[in-house]
Amino acid sequence: MITGAEIMVRCLESEQVGLVFGYPGAAICPFYDSLSQSKIRHILVRQEQNAAHAASGYARACGKPGVCVATSGPGATNLITGIATAYMDSIPLIAITGQVNQWLLGRDVFQEADITGACESFTKHSYLVKDVSDLPRVFKEAFHIASTGRPGPVLIDIPTDVQTAEIGSFDYPQKAEIAGYRPRTQGHAVQVRRAAEAVRKSKRPLIVCGGGVVSAAAREELISFAQENQIPVVSTMMGLGVMPMDSPLYFGMIGMHGHENANRAIHAADCILLCGARVGDRAVNDPEKITEKSMIIHIDVDPAEIGKNMDVDIPIVGDVRLVLKSLAQQMGAAPETGEWVRRLARDKAEFVPHGTPQNGTGFVEPRSFFRALSAMMRENAILISDVGQNQIWAASSFNVKLGRFLTSGGLGTMGYSLPAAVGAKLAKPDRQVVCICGDGAFQMSMCELATLCESGAEVKIVLMQNSRLGMVWELQNRYYGGRCPATELEGNPDFVALAGAYGIRSALADSNGSAERLAREMLESRGPFLLVCRVDPGAPTL
Amino acid sequence: MKHTLSVLVENQPGVLSRVASLFARRGFNIDSLAVGTTQNPKISRMTILVDGDDHLVEQVEKQLNKLIPVIKVKVLEPGAFVSSELTLVKVACKPKQHAEVLNVARLMGADVIDVAAASLTLRFAGDEERSRTLLELLTPYGLREVVRAGSIAIEKGSGVLKNNKE
Ligand SMILES: Cc1ncc(C[n+]2csc(CCOP(=O)(O)OP(=O)(O)O)c2C)c(N)n1
Repeated sequence: MITGAEIMVRCLESEQVGLVFGYPGAAICPFYDSLSQSKIRHILVRQEQNAAHAASGYARACGKPGVCVATSGPGATNLITGIATAYMDSIPLIAITGQVNQWLLGRDVFQEADITGACESFTKHSYLVKDVSDLPRVFKEAFHIASTGRPGPVLIDIPTDVQTAEIGSFDYPQKAEIAGYRPRTQGHAVQVRRAAEAVRKSKRPLIVCGGGVVSAAAREELISFAQENQIPVVSTMMGLGVMPMDSPLYFGMIGMHGHENANRAIHAADCILLCGARVGDRAVNDPEKITEKSMIIHIDVDPAEIGKNMDVDIPIVGDVRLVLKSLAQQMGAAPETGEWVRRLARDKAEFVPHGTPQNGTGFVEPRSFFRALSAMMRENAILISDVGQNQIWAASSFNVKLGRFLTSGGLGTMGYSLPAAVGAKLAKPDRQVVCICGDGAFQMSMCELATLCESGAEVKIVLMQNSRLGMVWELQNRYYGGRCPATELEGNPDFVALAGAYGIRSALADSNGSAERLAREMLESRGPFLLVCRVDPGAPTL
Repeated sequence: MKHTLSVLVENQPGVLSRVASLFARRGFNIDSLAVGTTQNPKISRMTILVDGDDHLVEQVEKQLNKLIPVIKVKVLEPGAFVSSELTLVKVACKPKQHAEVLNVARLMGADVIDVAAASLTLRFAGDEERSRTLLELLTPYGLREVVRAGSIAIEKGSGVLKNNKE
């Protein structure tokens, strides 16, 4: 005989899960008991939300679904922000929650929460398992759904009695058979041909690279398509780092916080190839102006994204990687783009990055510091930013070469970076992992310093301390007549001392010179490190 | 403009709430929604009426398709389907008006399902327009209570909404 809890563990093993993030409670104890008998490593976070963020950082760093676990009721509801964050950024995630005994469902007993109902609008799918014999099928389906098509979070809610129920044997299905789920991966041949022709005929083609390119692992295909056809590339925040930023064909990030020359390019192009980009309002705020003048080709694995925010001339539903491959085959002669590329290059040179080191002011100037930091980091380093000014500074100034830039682009969740960095480092122990955050966001997840220590993940944290909720302060200052309620962080602790309390090395920088020196020391040191950079509270992003 | 969607879904708990929450989340308003099982007990069919432009219907269709238990979505072509809804109506009606109301019922093809001293209850099955006509004809007597089940629709001709899996 085998229990439901043992089956859950065997399912995870069958999916080659080596690591899960979680926090226990009575309703998930049977599972934890079985997990302790397995080789699967469990990372105890200090708050469930961070289990989801860590699992999502893990998933983004290695491409496999991340797994997080919580107990019923408050454990499950704490996961919600993390699940919603993963949903908005299309991250494959499996969230496992314990639930009260089935016979108590719907009675508002102690620690009951209708978590499948609560997560309805930000899971790709969810299950409430009522029969132990359904577990293998449900797990198989959940992993399949989370990781195929447009990836996303799947929730599995399992009542305690299902975890303790027994059945004769464990049999993991070979395949998931789901009638209503057949994501299309291969682009429609006719559409691909039309797209190739449109690109070939265009004078000013432009690729807009979004997070979907990362999800589809289409980096190489995108780079070679751009290079072979000499097509310039701009990126959304979620697509940062796909195109090496030192490539002569790369022209920066579009959007409200993007590069002026990249935004100009998208308005000047006559044929735009949107690759795995959902045209969010922060990336493109006036899509009509662009569609008026340009032919729009949109490649996305999720048909519902195409035409949602921007009218499209040639929709192509499919996996960006496969579509780019077939598009490359259809191209034939490359378009004549020499003049266009030169024009964009002139534009780019005109908008030299702002932010020059300020000496002797007692502050670190963020943009120039990030440029210096990126030069120091390894080529394939993973940079994770939080949400706020620090994110904008990092996104616009950090130079990603062969590495990754992870951020909560869709939901914009503060507190994301530290747990996500722990997850990413555990997924890729050989890669340098640096997490950038503001003093506001850091305090939303600083309890995870404990997880960091316990897990041994060698994450380097750069804390941009401006003693305020900078991004909101900036907004208030600009649009609310300079009244800035509730954005001063007066109760900030001494972060260096705080790190010390956890036994984490730490240092304070108050100039670009000291920041660079300490950053080098941080990168060369072993173990986690917290570098606090004092930033001018008035330093702008806009 | 009203659009009629036929949707095949797996007959499982929670499917209706998924569909409903999708509509709620995207701010789509449901005009009418009727659900019942099909000849295959594992599959239910929903008929959904939404009011909106083509862009909205396209979004509704695509978003519905994203739901895992949704097997097939079809936006029915205007004119190419027949539809029917069930209406129960309790009409205020003094005994001396009985003959008139019964006459309206007979002309419209509604059944009388309950008779009381001061009211008659009719049951009517037909498309939305005829239901409306019936109610208009009965309004002068006084509509005490109207219950409508929502529209169900089926394509004309011998074509059927296929579950591609079968
Ligand atoms: C969970 C959450 N709450 C509130 C916000 C709104 N918000 C966006 S940026 C920001 C300020 C962030 O401040 P800080 O972390 O200090 O970073 P800074 O902008 O100063 O770099 C706030 C409050 C958010 N994005 N997420």
